[in-house]
Amino acid sequence: MTIYLPIAELPVNIFTLLALGGAVGFISGMFGVGGGFLMTPLLIFLGVPPAVAVASVSTHMAASSFSGTLSYMRRGLVDVPLALVLLAGGLTGTLCGVLTFMVLRRFGQLDLVIAITYIALLGTVGTLMLAESLRALLREWRGQKAQVKRPGAHPWFLRMPFKMRFRQSRIYVSAIPVVTIGFSIGFLGALMGIGGGFLLVPALIYLLRVPTVTSIATALMLTLVTMIAAIVMHAVLNQTVDAVLGLVLMVGGTIGTQFGARAGQTMKAERLRLLLGLLVLAVGIRVAVDQIVRPTDLYTVKIDEAAR
Amino acid sequence: MRRLAALVLILLALPGAAMAGDLVLSLSKSRITITSSFAGESIVLFGVIEAGDAGDDGQPYDVVVTVRGPNESFVTWRKERRFGLWVNVDSRSFLAAPSYLAVLSNREPSLMAPADILRQEQAGFVNNRLLQRVGSDFADVVPEDPFRQAFLRVKQAQGLYIENAAGVEFLAPHVFRAAFPIPGTAPIGTYEVVVKTFAGGAPVSRGAVRLDVGKVDFEQAVATAAQDHPWFYGLVTAFGALAVGFVANVAFRRD
Repeated sequence: MTIYLPIAELPVNIFTLLALGGAVGFISGMFGVGGGFLMTPLLIFLGVPPAVAVASVSTHMAASSFSGTLSYMRRGLVDVPLALVLLAGGLTGTLCGVLTFMVLRRFGQLDLVIAITYIALLGTVGTLMLAESLRALLREWRGQKAQVKRPGAHPWFLRMPFKMRFRQSRIYVSAIPVVTIGFSIGFLGALMGIGGGFLLVPALIYLLRVPTVTSIATALMLTLVTMIAAIVMHAVLNQTVDAVLGLVLMVGGTIGTQFGARAGQTMKAERLRLLLGLLVLAVGIRVAVDQIVRPTDLYTVKIDEAAR
Repeated sequence: MRRLAALVLILLALPGAAMAGDLVLSLSKSRITITSSFAGESIVLFGVIEAGDAGDDGQPYDVVVTVRGPNESFVTWRKERRFGLWVNVDSRSFLAAPSYLAVLSNREPSLMAPADILRQEQAGFVNNRLLQRVGSDFADVVPEDPFRQAFLRVKQAQGLYIENAAGVEFLAPHVFRAAFPIPGTAPIGTYEVVVKTFAGGAPVSRGAVRLDVGKVDFEQAVATAAQDHPWFYGLVTAFGALAVGFVANVAFRRD
């Protein structure tokens, strides 16, 4: 059964879209990532114009993350103050990212910069997560006890001034690294067209030492706010938000998120991190392969947006 | 012969029929309406070449039908290997190229008339003018230009450019029919259907009809709202997203 998308201006199979939304929603709920880094390329593969794909995915991510945030909030797992401090840096970062985006586009090398950023970022984050979680699993298999966090063993950047206490996360750290992390996520998110959840979760876990579940819950809330802002910005500036496409993805996505969140809670934190690491690394390798292997057609045709 | 006369009469009576000199044309539908279940449609063009005109000295007629969608500017990029990565290096801008192009004929257009006449008449797939930006000037280039060939190849692969040298079927010596598909991804706007006839290697007549492709009902309402009231549209979409998220959360609530 096909459905015509009024803004993307093409017909697609409604069940393909529902399945896509459900699968990405499952991953999204399980790891607390927005899923944009998976959904956007898949929609482009279906023939949706990139600008419409990026904008419409944000509606799906808003719905998924709201549903997930409510679940975590009811269990009291979201660290709201931490999310607000991160957001302060995040929104500034988004603005800087959008400006950089414009400059790069003027020089005509945006695609290359995005691809290289993807490879470098996904490759590094994926490898680090994989190595860390494997070490943890190995320790467990050998029957060793996990290292106990010693007080005062904080790295230098957490001991900077403007210290704040985040009760839910059980950390007492300087606000400077928190705002910096928020800024970096916002900057990269705007530049790469992603929510940034897959970067935020490891950053919170490894840099700020926030417990895994709290990291996931807080990242979801941050994604929610960012995506609401993105929907309105895309609708006003580009008119590329396809409400029909968004709605179908949402319905599949929110259902998937519920099951994903439940699956995530029954799993061990190390296994969860191992799986997310594998996923991130796989996407990074995929992007790298696309850039390295000789394309079947060296030519591509794009609509000249500047001439419109 | 009586049946043929009846067909001509029917064609003349049809609302979408157009008379251009000695060519009578009619589309099976003069307006394609895009609804939520739209997945492409096939349009049939009927044409009658009125007999007894100049140039008709017993030679069989040749017909070239060209359907052009609304113009759009495109950029064709070429990738090259740089530091192990395939990156866009070179590009050409195609200005005001048709977003949809179907060229149908009863046989290879190159057999119908000398090449210069065909080029002048833009009859045949490769003879359509595609303006490129060359420095500060605009010009079409030779058909062998790799960027031009790549542009046609990519658009054909997308199903938006169609070449069919057997797409025009003669029902009688002066009556023909041509069917062309409008895919689901076809851009909206006014399409121009131009018919050119040749006989004995020379152009005989030309005619044109228009075809509208437009959204209706819900699709139209959504597209208009997104264009005319972007703030309202954005906020409603954002609110809708929250509502779906909330409903899903409540529906799946366990505790």
